[in-house]
Formats: sequence, C-alpha cells, structure tokens
Amino acid sequence: MAIVYIPTQLRPLTGGIECVVVPGTNLRQVIAALDAAHPGLGARLCGDDGISPGLAVSIDGAFTNRGLLAKVGPDSEIHFLPAIGGG
Amino acid sequence: MPKKAHIQATINGEPTEFLCENRQSLLEALRDELHLTGTKEGCNNGNCGACTVIMDGVPVNSCLVLGVECEGASITTIEGIAEENHLHPIQQCFLEDAALQCGICTPGFIMAAKALLDKNPNPTEHEIRFELANNLCRCTGYDKIVRAVQHAARRLVGQPS
Amino acid sequence: MPIDTRETIVDEGRLPRGRGAAAPAYKVIGTRPIRHDGADKVTGRAVYGNDLQLAGMLHGKVVRSPHAHARIKRIDTSAAEKLPGVHAVVTAADLPDLRDKMADLGEGRVNLAHLGANVLAHQKVLYRGHAVAAVAAVSPHVAEEAARLIQIEYEPLPAVTWVLDAMKPDAPLLHADVYTEDMTGHRTSDQPSNTSKHLLFEEGNIEQGFASADVVVEREFKTASVHQGYIEPHVSTALWNVDGQLTIWTSTQGAFTARQQTAELLQVPISRVKVVPCEIGGGFGGKIPVYLEPVAALLSRKSGRPVKMVMTRAEVFEGTGPTPGSFVRVKLGAQKDGRIVAAQAWLAYDAGAFPGGMIGPGCMCVFACYSVPNYRVEGFDVVLNKPKTAAYRAPGATQAAFAAEQVVDELAEKLGMDPIDLRLKNAACEGTKRVGWPAYPKIGFIETLQTAKNQPHYKTPISGKNRGRGIAAGFWFNIGLKSSASASVNPDGTVTLVEGSTDIGGTRTSVAMQLAETLGIAAEDVKPQVADTDSVGYTDVTGGSRVTFATGMAAYQCGLDIRRQMRERAATLWECEAQEVNFEDGTFRHNGESITFKQLAGRLNETGGPVQGRAAVDPEGPTNGFGVSIVDVEVDPDTGKTTVLRYTVLQDAGKAIHPSYVEGQMQGGTVQGIGWALNEEYFFDDRGRMRNASYLDYRMPTALDLPMIDTVIVEVPNPAHPYGVRGVGETPIVAPPAAVANAIYHATGVRMFELPMSPPKVWAALVKKNV
Repeated sequence: MAIVYIPTQLRPLTGGIECVVVPGTNLRQVIAALDAAHPGLGARLCGDDGISPGLAVSIDGAFTNRGLLAKVGPDSEIHFLPAIGGG
Repeated sequence: MPKKAHIQATINGEPTEFLCENRQSLLEALRDELHLTGTKEGCNNGNCGACTVIMDGVPVNSCLVLGVECEGASITTIEGIAEENHLHPIQQCFLEDAALQCGICTPGFIMAAKALLDKNPNPTEHEIRFELANNLCRCTGYDKIVRAVQHAARRLVGQPS
Repeated sequence: MPIDTRETIVDEGRLPRGRGAAAPAYKVIGTRPIRHDGADKVTGRAVYGNDLQLAGMLHGKVVRSPHAHARIKRIDTSAAEKLPGVHAVVTAADLPDLRDKMADLGEGRVNLAHLGANVLAHQKVLYRGHAVAAVAAVSPHVAEEAARLIQIEYEPLPAVTWVLDAMKPDAPLLHADVYTEDMTGHRTSDQPSNTSKHLLFEEGNIEQGFASADVVVEREFKTASVHQGYIEPHVSTALWNVDGQLTIWTSTQGAFTARQQTAELLQVPISRVKVVPCEIGGGFGGKIPVYLEPVAALLSRKSGRPVKMVMTRAEVFEGTGPTPGSFVRVKLGAQKDGRIVAAQAWLAYDAGAFPGGMIGPGCMCVFACYSVPNYRVEGFDVVLNKPKTAAYRAPGATQAAFAAEQVVDELAEKLGMDPIDLRLKNAACEGTKRVGWPAYPKIGFIETLQTAKNQPHYKTPISGKNRGRGIAAGFWFNIGLKSSASASVNPDGTVTLVEGSTDIGGTRTSVAMQLAETLGIAAEDVKPQVADTDSVGYTDVTGGSRVTFATGMAAYQCGLDIRRQMRERAATLWECEAQEVNFEDGTFRHNGESITFKQLAGRLNETGGPVQGRAAVDPEGPTNGFGVSIVDVEVDPDTGKTTVLRYTVLQDAGKAIHPSYVEGQMQGGTVQGIGWALNEEYFFDDRGRMRNASYLDYRMPTALDLPMIDTVIVEVPNPAHPYGVRGVGETPIVAPPAAVANAIYHATGVRMFELPMSPPKVWAALVKKNV
C-alpha cells in the first residue's frame, strides 16, 4: 500500500483529505487506484504520455525519473511537487 | 573592403607584423589576425579587464586600444608570461592556490598582477585589490586571487612561501 | 604570513553508509591537487568557444527588437542580402512550425513554440533585445553593417515590467494562449492571462497558529531582476555539413541538453546533431537554455559554411535569461519561547516574456530551513516584457530568503533572542516535514548553525558607529540526474576518464579524485576528459550542484567496475578464483602474494586485453545544502554606501572532495549574493528598456569592494553518496542578501525591504528615518 500525500490544490477532489492510502506496486497502479477512490484525480496527475508536465514525483524522499513505471514499495510515501532544476 | 594597415610591433619579445583595419581593436588583432586567443573578450568596452595586456610596460584594456596604435609598441600577452617550459610564479601560484574556477578572467588577472608586481614587488592587500579592481571575476569572489598574488609576490622576492 | 582562515569541521559521529565506526581516512579525497586543466587555463591555451577558428568560417549577428512589446508587421531583408560579404539571412520563418510541441529537457517539459519564439521572435516581440533576425557575413563588422540594413516594421504595444502590474486585469497581455494553471497544469480560468501559474501549499491551520502566537511579524519585499554576470558572453559555432550532419561547438552547461533543444527546435533527429562543449567561461544557470545554437545552425545550413556567433555584453544582458524580479510577503508567528507556530508567504515571481519561471522552488524554499507546523504558501509565475528568465544559482531561493530571513531576524529582536538561537530552536532536521515536500533525510543545518555560533567572528563583538552584524541562513535542494562515464586503464597504471560534465569550476578534478580514491591511485594518475555528445553517454547539465555528486558517483562506479575486472586478472596470474582476491589501498592480494594497481596495469595484455570501466547513473536527489552567513558592515550615512567589513560563510558540504574548490564555490556564491544585495539590478525606463546594459552601470563587485571571504566547511556526510558528497555550488548565494540586509538594519536601525540596497536607496531610507 502506498501512502499518497495529496497536494493542497487537489484536495477539493478528495473532499479535503490530505493523505490517502491506496494499493499499487508502481505509480501507474497507484494513480489508477487514487482515481478510483476519488474520480478526477487521475486526469490531474497524469496524461496520455506520463506525469503531468511541470510535476515531479518523490517516492520515499527521493525524486524519480521513471514516471508512471516507478516502482512503489509496500509502505512507500509519495509526494507530488513542482519540478525543480538548478542553475 | 576597407584597406588594411600594416603594423609592426614587438609581441612577447618577438618582432611581429600584422594587418588590420582601422576599426579593429588590438584585442581583435591579437585574436583574429595573430591567433593569440589567450587574451579574452568579456565586454569590449573597457569594463571587465579580461582583455588586459601589457603595452610599453603599462597594463591596458586591449579592447580600448586600436590595432593601428600599436606601431612600434612592445606588447606582452598571456602567451608570453611563461618562461620556456616553466610557468611564471604568478601562474604557478594561481594553480596552487586555486585562484581560478572557469578561467576566462584568468589571463587578464595574470597580466594585471604581473604589471602590479613589476611595479610594486611588495604590495599590501589593499594595493593588490586596488590594482586588480579593473578585472572582474564572477566565479571566485576574489579571495583566492588576492591570496595567489600575495603568494606570488613572496615567491618572486625569494621569501619562503 | 597571511592567516589561514580556512577551516573544515568534520562531524565525527556521522558516516557515509557502509563505513566502520571511525571517520574514513581518505588518501586523495580531501587533498588539494592542482587541477588537471590548470596549465592550459593559466597560459591562455584552453579553447573557449570564441577561440575556435574553422576554415571558411562566417560570422553571425543577431538583429534585436528595440521595443519592449510590439507586433512585427514586416521584415525586409533584401538590402542586407545584397551587401557584399553577406552569405545568409534568417528569421523565425526559417524555423519549423513548433505549435503544440513539447519536449522533455530533463528538468521538466518545455513548450517548444515558446522556446523557438524566444530564439527568433514569431509575430510579436516581447522584450527589448528579443532576437528577430540574424545574418552571416565574412567578418563581424560586415555582419553588423548588414544587420543595420534589415528593415523591420513594428507596431509598438504598451509594455509592463513590474510583476504586480503584470498581474492586474487591465495589464497588457503578452500571450493569447497562456492561461493560469495550477501545480498539475490544470487551467483554473478560461481567460488568457499573464499569470501563468498559481501554486498553493497548506498544512495545519494558520489562523489558529497565528492566534496562538505571542509575536507576529509581517513584511513585504521587492527584488529587481539581476543577471548571472558570467564574464564569457554566449558563443556558438555551427557547421551544417553537406551530409546533413550538424556539429555545434558551444559555450554550454550541458552538451546533451543543447543537442536536444537544438534538434527539437530544428525538428531534426538528435542522431544528426553533435554538440562539442568548449571550455566555458561561467554559466550559473544562464547557459542551460540555447540562444545562438539554432540560429547559427540555420545560417550555416543556408550559407553552406560554418558560422560563429558571439554575443556582445549588451546582448547578454538584454537577450539572455536574468533571474526573476519578485514581490514577496512573509508573515511569521512565534511563541515567547521562540517556537514558530505559523508561517505564511505570498510570492509573485516574474518569468520574463515566456512562462516557466522559478515560483515552484521559491515556494518550497521560503521556509525550508525551519520546522513549521502550520503554513500557507501561495505563489504566482507571471509573464511580462522582460527577457525570459533563466536559472541563476539556486533559482528562486534567494528572493524568498531575502524576505523570510529578515522576518526571522525581526522576530528574534522582538523576542529578545539571539538570531542563531532562534534558528536553532526551529531548525529543520532529519524527519522535518517541509512545505510541499517529504521529510528531510539526514541534513546538516543544526551542525552548521552550531558551528556558526562558535565562530571567532560571531564571538567577537562588533563596535563602532554605523556598524552592524547580520546573520542569515540559506537552503538549496541540489539535484541528482543522469551522468555517464567510462575509464580506460593505461599500461603505466594511469587511467583515462571520459565524462560529459562541462567543467565550470574544477569538477574535472573533483570527479577524477573520486575515481582515484576508488582505485587507490594518485589524483595525478587519472586523466579526465570532458567529451562531446558522440563520445560519452548521456549526461545532464553542469548545474543544480550535481556534478561532484552525480558524475562523481559515475566515476566511483567506473572504479568499482575496473576493480572487479582487475581482480579477475590478478586471479588469472595467481591461478585462483576472482572472489579470493582482495583489493585494498591500491593493492591486490591473495595468499601472501600482492600486486599493485600500477604493476597489474602493465600486465593486462597478457591476461585478457584492455580493461575499461563504465557507468551510467541516475542518482535521486536532492542532497540538501544548508548554509549560514555572518557579515559585518559599515554604512556611510552621508552616501548610503555599505561596506562589507568581514564575512564568514559556513556550509554543510557532506564531504569536501577538493576543499579549495568547495571554498571557491562558497566564496563565489557569496560575492554574487553581495552584488545582488548592494548594487545589481536591471534598471528599466518607462518604455521597458534596460538603461544599464553594460558592466559599467550593471555594477558587480570588484576586488576593491570586498574583504577576504572566510569559509568554514561543515561535513555531515550524505548517506546517499559513497563518499558523503552533497552538492555545494548553489546554496552560497541564497543567504547573503538577507544577511547583508540584517547587518544594515543592525548598523542603522533601518530595515531595507527592496533589492538592491544601493546607496541612493539606503541614503533615502536613512534620511526618512532621521526626519
């Protein structure tokens, strides 16, 4: 089960819930499960070709570049954040 | 095509001839005509010192000197600082003291430092900073550059480093 | 003898993963070898972009908009094309149609139509200096003459250059196809807008939080656009060869991102593009986007010749990517004991002429140093008629810290607490949850604060009229991203290392040192090369404070690969199994026999041939860099001029591979921050034109403006790196403007809310206070 922290701007879709626990062994499954529990969440987090542009995903504290294929462990914590770069 | 002037000067101790248009700076003549690309362009209007060379004993911004002004002059560039196969103590100290990061301003600083130490072999920190104020560095914050010049001054005078 | 004010403090109790109880005794790491490219760089031999000369090379020149905002009615290039010596002229019409095309450039997806329009303006010019056309001619002078002959008819439009003005409903609209989106890219309105992004992060209950606070401080701050200021202007040379292969030699922070951007903009396969990174004269984030590469490529394709393009200094200011100007409001509430109970921030950052600015990092950095139970952070990315912003060393963090760290300072004063103690009371540490982010892993902020408190500088009272001391803290994430490397063992026991990270600050050497350490050989015995996109595997940019961390990790893994293969060779010599061979301290051993790395390298041919190590890594960042500044200033009440008397910069580097270059990053970033604090700004007139586009009037610090910058490297090793490395390059720029502002306040009693705190502004504030 993954522990997903819902970004502030998506909480209207979860009725204000800040943290959702869903099953899944990769990000695609997790987002599908999120969408099943809270319809509309999936479309905000990803599109046809992956995670929404400008969004980064952190699994257990580290950024992942593997997008929807990123593996998710049994107690993984997942955050969605604005992408950052550097200079 | 504008006609080019034929200039004879001494560059790094050697009699040298080059052609340049009246509108070309010494910086252009060095880089584009003589292929001495060690002297760098940072701003082309005398505000960064990356193009510093020594002309008749005086450090100048070569972007502010016209090529045609060099007739008969004696010019030293970064290519003329090392002695045969040994680095000049200033160059060596810049390396030992990590006084460069990207290195683009380094030739200008070495020339300015040489001009300073030729004139004043035992400068204070303030004197070093004053004489180097015409050379901009964006990477180092100047600390290690000043220390390298202090170190080079001691080495040139024969003091223990 | 000058006093050696360098200091490295090792946190003995904490170690990289997998090590024993004692701090590791490294042979190479932590030493200060001369950099491998040093001889070339002090003799003028190193080849920077503008040093390149190719046979038949033409010189390109860009024509730029004189207007801050205008429609392009007509471009007539005929007179320019007729000028003798001119070989090609291009405009946006020569770029393919990029509408609705996106590209993944490694740091998020980018709208290619916007990137292309920034490179050559399409239908509208959006800032003064916006590129509109370009020519290639036999000399730079002829190219300039030709550029003047290009006739462009504009319809000027009203321009807007202040972020709050651009957010107003009646502001001139830059794009008809930009809408306000939230963090997920979801449009929150049907009306096109200059506000391209709206972010919101909220936890807990800030109303309750502020209600429970004993002291509340709320302040508003403004910052002006500033530029990275690298001394080397942008330069690119392109050769579109007769076989369709495009080679670009360029000054870039990332050959692979330059290749990808250029290929995407020209809509050619990346297999047809090779980018050769030249030595680079500074970047700081400003040389990640492409500007000249695609234009030079178009000119080369049209003319059939190589084309070199170099920017003038004015073009660098007006035509590349400064950092956002900003408006930030910060409110903090604390209880009597100093605990911060509520934090609120409202940030508006300008993005320049196209969307995609730094509001995300700004929002996530503003309170990143502290553990705050209740917060609300709201941020906006806003387009306006200035050059499109590019990253500048910890992009977005400095503006946020200028605000937050001054409010923390004011809070400390109102609470009667030492400013470091207040920060210690609330300091983020392992497990702290932060704005929009997961909890921190092991970090070194508390250690850095404690070290700052014990500094002789901090313990020495400051005295004298108009003198004051300021403290501030800074944070930057530092990224990981991808690096590739390969290394070949030479018969004499040296190792050639091929990597793809352009070397802006000595990273060839810090990366080579990590390979040397892994193999038990000297740093001088590794020969690092920075290779082009055809010669090394994919490598992300030199930026984000990632190279010593990620490319270093690739070098380390190359080393492990080589060790594994060499153990097999030793096993062949000793007729045993490879797993029975031990490697330690540069020597292979088995059953009383031993052979050094160097000796074994001489026997590779007889044991199976060449040995080559390879690695491709994608370590997950961030590595979390925390810094603290202590600065003493004196303010001249007659002129408003601030003199920096003494500066100590502290930072947790995890592990300093080459301490001189870590110190260099700390000093360099600090001085950029001082310039940002005291003098640098884009000065726009009422028609949106920058009036100080030269180094004379865009006033960066000189050697005469500064004292020595004392450095203290704190080492709390990063558990996610074999040698404990954290990125170091960006964090140093974050704290200085706030530290200097706090110092000015303590010197004069006047708090400055705008950057830069230049003499006229400080003087006016002093006069106002004394009236």
